[in-house]
Amino acid sequence: MIAELPAGLILIAAGLALPLLPRAARAPLGLAAPALAFAQLLWLAPGYRLETEVFGFMLTLVRADRLSLAFGYIFTIAAMLNAIFAWQVRDGPEQPAALVYAGSALAAVFAGDLLTLFVFWELSAVASVLVIWARGTERAYRAGMRYLGIQLASGMLLAAGAALRYAETGTLAFDLIGLASPGGALILAACGIKCAFPLLHNWLQDAYPEATATGTVVLSAFTTKLGIYALARGFPGTEALIWIGTAMTAFPIFYAVIENDLRRVLAYSVNNQLGFMVVGIGLGTDLGLNGAVAHAFADILFKALLFMSMGAVLLRAGTVNGTDLGGLHKSMPLTTGFCIVGAASISAFPLFSGFVTKSMIMVSAAQQGHDWVWLILLFASAGVFHHAGIKIPFFAFFAHDSGIRCKEAPTHMLVAMALAAALCIGIGCYPGALYAILPRAVEYVPYTASHVLSQLQLLVFSALAFSWLMRNGIYPPEKRSVNLDFDWLYRGPGKRLALGSLDALAMLRRTLAAAAQRAGAAVGRRVRFHHASQGVLARTWSTGDMALWVALMLGAYLLVYYL
Amino acid sequence: MIRNDKPTWLDQPANVARLYRGLWVLGTLLVIADLVVRRHAEVDFDGWFAFYGAYGFIACVALVLTAKLLRRAVMRTEDYYDDR
Repeated sequence: MIAELPAGLILIAAGLALPLLPRAARAPLGLAAPALAFAQLLWLAPGYRLETEVFGFMLTLVRADRLSLAFGYIFTIAAMLNAIFAWQVRDGPEQPAALVYAGSALAAVFAGDLLTLFVFWELSAVASVLVIWARGTERAYRAGMRYLGIQLASGMLLAAGAALRYAETGTLAFDLIGLASPGGALILAACGIKCAFPLLHNWLQDAYPEATATGTVVLSAFTTKLGIYALARGFPGTEALIWIGTAMTAFPIFYAVIENDLRRVLAYSVNNQLGFMVVGIGLGTDLGLNGAVAHAFADILFKALLFMSMGAVLLRAGTVNGTDLGGLHKSMPLTTGFCIVGAASISAFPLFSGFVTKSMIMVSAAQQGHDWVWLILLFASAGVFHHAGIKIPFFAFFAHDSGIRCKEAPTHMLVAMALAAALCIGIGCYPGALYAILPRAVEYVPYTASHVLSQLQLLVFSALAFSWLMRNGIYPPEKRSVNLDFDWLYRGPGKRLALGSLDALAMLRRTLAAAAQRAGAAVGRRVRFHHASQGVLARTWSTGDMALWVALMLGAYLLVYYL
Repeated sequence: MIRNDKPTWLDQPANVARLYRGLWVLGTLLVIADLVVRRHAEVDFDGWFAFYGAYGFIACVALVLTAKLLRRAVMRTEDYYDDR
């Protein structure tokens, strides 16, 4: 019976029930719910649909096919890892919100129509902001408000696009949309916000690093990958996505090199990895689309692992600023090891997950004759090794000894990191298991002598560049700073400009109102002058006077008549 | 509990230098392997000798130098956005 419930409902219900349970039962339920949801997905066969009629609309609450199932599996796995990593977090809104968030993202992935998609799209936005606010700081509150505004705007765009589509085509079905169809551009923009397209990206780097040590791990898994899923469903083969994705892979890495907050560095690398997936979807070939889905799957795992290792550092050392850290491998040797596995996976070292997923997208780009795209993706591959693969472990665990001596991460965190690391290596060593659940049927062999050699050359010489720059003092030192990005427009002077124009408008309104009041008062005075009790028009006249005036008027009339 | 406060292998600058030299040796071996392994090219130019090594090195140096320039344009103090 449970199997026939809409996907995601188990997680949402568990999230709502969590605060009502005794404290000791909360963490076990937090793990049992995603495990049950995973089992439910194993029962769902591709082709399964759950439909219902609401207000005359035929809604498809569940549409199981290979694309939605692939995202469903990884979403529930991520929710399980989060539950273990956050085992000790029992109070406050974070864990209930995290479950509702994961459940609504899962439900959105299985939504077969745009209305159901919209409902869970918005629910995931609202639940995820609670995860950010759970940090309880003023900065987290403000970043959360900015995040919420942008996420709700994405929902509004989706709703408007869906309404346009319904008006013109009479259907709400969520299948291939494309840019040519009515509302297509609006829905693409809605997905673009979730996927952090260039210029729509700042909510990610702004808000994610402000959450708690455990909260950021939860956030990194769902919102952006829901956007990738929606793109893969609605816009495969949309050529604009190739160029948008290419830009996404390249520009964030410059910021990642100079950013001090290591979780913000990872947020920039989320952006960079999403770019690869967007390119794969834009290519729209079987290999490209499979690559996008496979890379989303692998990315959720290695990004969770990297955010977990930085979360453990934040918990133990109290900071994740590159300026304050260094030498932590002495205190946290296991966390160091797990972080390096995550770093090797995102950098696509042979035997690690990124190696068998990212290359599908790059090969597809080369096969389609996109040489420039391929070159930029290769640059971004070297760059991601540079900033996520080397910089993150180096500044946190090695570099100069900061003198910080702390405890190793708690056991439950180590268990979660070990599981994520095992999955990263497992996918890298046995890619066939992941390839078997991809949406399209494709033969791709990642382990050829040629591929292994070229990738190793790229990575070893990127590492040499880092060491050479470091040893010669050219590498920019970590600095406490804020780096201006596009959010400057709505946070700094841009915000002041907006507030300033509001002030100017208010002043104009006040001036106009005062002038109108003065004019009104003047009219009032004149009316009173003529009509009030002493006014010339309100005076009482004698009968004789009136008879005289009437005689004069008649005389004047007679005169005019004869003339 | 404070663990592992004694100096480790990496605390010796000589060992770090050894590691650095080892990396160059590894890189050289990989470039030599280019002569042995028949690489199948994905685009027109990636079959060139040592293409990936050269591209990786140049890309990363260019990335860091550009990022240093970017820092001049975009870096502000840590409290830039506070109370704004």
